Amino acid sequence: MTLTHYLVLAAILFTIGAVGVLVRRNAIVVFMCVELMLNSANLTLVTFARAHGGVDGQVMAFFVMVVAAAEVVVGLAIIMSIYRTRRSASVDDANLLKY
Amino acid sequence: MSVLAAAAAPVHLGTGEAVVFWILGPIALAGALGMVLARNAVHSALFLVNTMLSFGVFYVVEQAPFLGSVQIIVYTGAIMILFLFVLMLVGRDSSDSVVETLRGQRVAATILGIGFAGLVGAGIARATQHLPATGLSAVQQGRGNIPAIAELLFTRYLLAFEVTSALLITAAVGAMVLAHIEREPGSRQSQKELSRARFLTARPQTLPGPGVFARGNSVAVPALLPDGRPTEESYATGLEPQAVEEMPRPTGREQLGGPDAALGTLDPAPRDVPGGSPR
Repeated sequence: MTLTHYLVLAAILFTIGAVGVLVRRNAIVVFMCVELMLNSANLTLVTFARAHGGVDGQVMAFFVMVVAAAEVVVGLAIIMSIYRTRRSASVDDANLLKY
Repeated sequence: MSVLAAAAAPVHLGTGEAVVFWILGPIALAGALGMVLARNAVHSALFLVNTMLSFGVFYVVEQAPFLGSVQIIVYTGAIMILFLFVLMLVGRDSSDSVVETLRGQRVAATILGIGFAGLVGAGIARATQHLPATGLSAVQQGRGNIPAIAELLFTRYLLAFEVTSALLITAAVGAMVLAHIEREPGSRQSQKELSRARFLTARPQTLPGPGVFARGNSVAVPALLPDGRPTEESYATGLEPQAVEEMPRPTGREQLGGPDAALGTLDPAPRDVPGGSPR
């Protein structure tokens, strides 16, 4: 059990989130996958902060959390307003800007 | 030379931490996989809560108790509740379509993911196998984690911290603007106009509620027509209509018996013929 285990776990979880973004069609689930990717990046930051003996990484993770919270609020508001006009939360149905 | 040898050997962490990691790591992994694979969006959210709680414990174990509590309070407490609220507003029945828009996209994405995980995981594992675990005791100097973070946050990262406040205000205002519905003054219909409009339609009365004339009071039980058929107008949105016989009972069916037994016996059964018929 070394710090590498944390990093590899974070990489695997990041990959799962990325695959989820590619595979899922529901915009809210896509958002959750983005959150998972942000979280695994945070785990990497915290692990490296511990490895190198400084709290800079933890401060960075804190900022990532703040930005993620703001992003979620705006993103969910956008999803709701799209749902209100298109009656669908699927990412495939929001195609008015396509052609 | 001995220093080099010490630096080259992989740094092993404590047994307790290993136990926590090998218990919570698979749980976090299962939560992430479940979130991607679950067809129902609410289940996805609950799986993600699982993963985020594990992450909170990981942070605490990794000498970041402040981030661990922030993770649990902000992520699982606030953000996931926000997700669930929006899921309930958007409607539970807006679940994922099974249709693939691009053919072979899922297979391609899965292969890509496995390849990416293998590549990044192996690269990280190889590059960081001699990563030292310096620990934060030198930085924290016995003050604890929060003073150390606060010192850095309010000196070196002060500008970023102040910009964060602007970001949060912008996000709050943006969410209000996006979610707000502007109504023209006077466009709101009065009760009189609504009632008049309703009586002009073919159905002035309300829809039958679920459970009317049914032998259960759950919203999943459809209302029954006089001939015993369920009426489709009473189906609740987002719920599978269920027959009373198939509904879960609060306790074992053996103890309570069927719903008919709870209502009392119908023997001798009433007959359709007025006055009854000879048995």
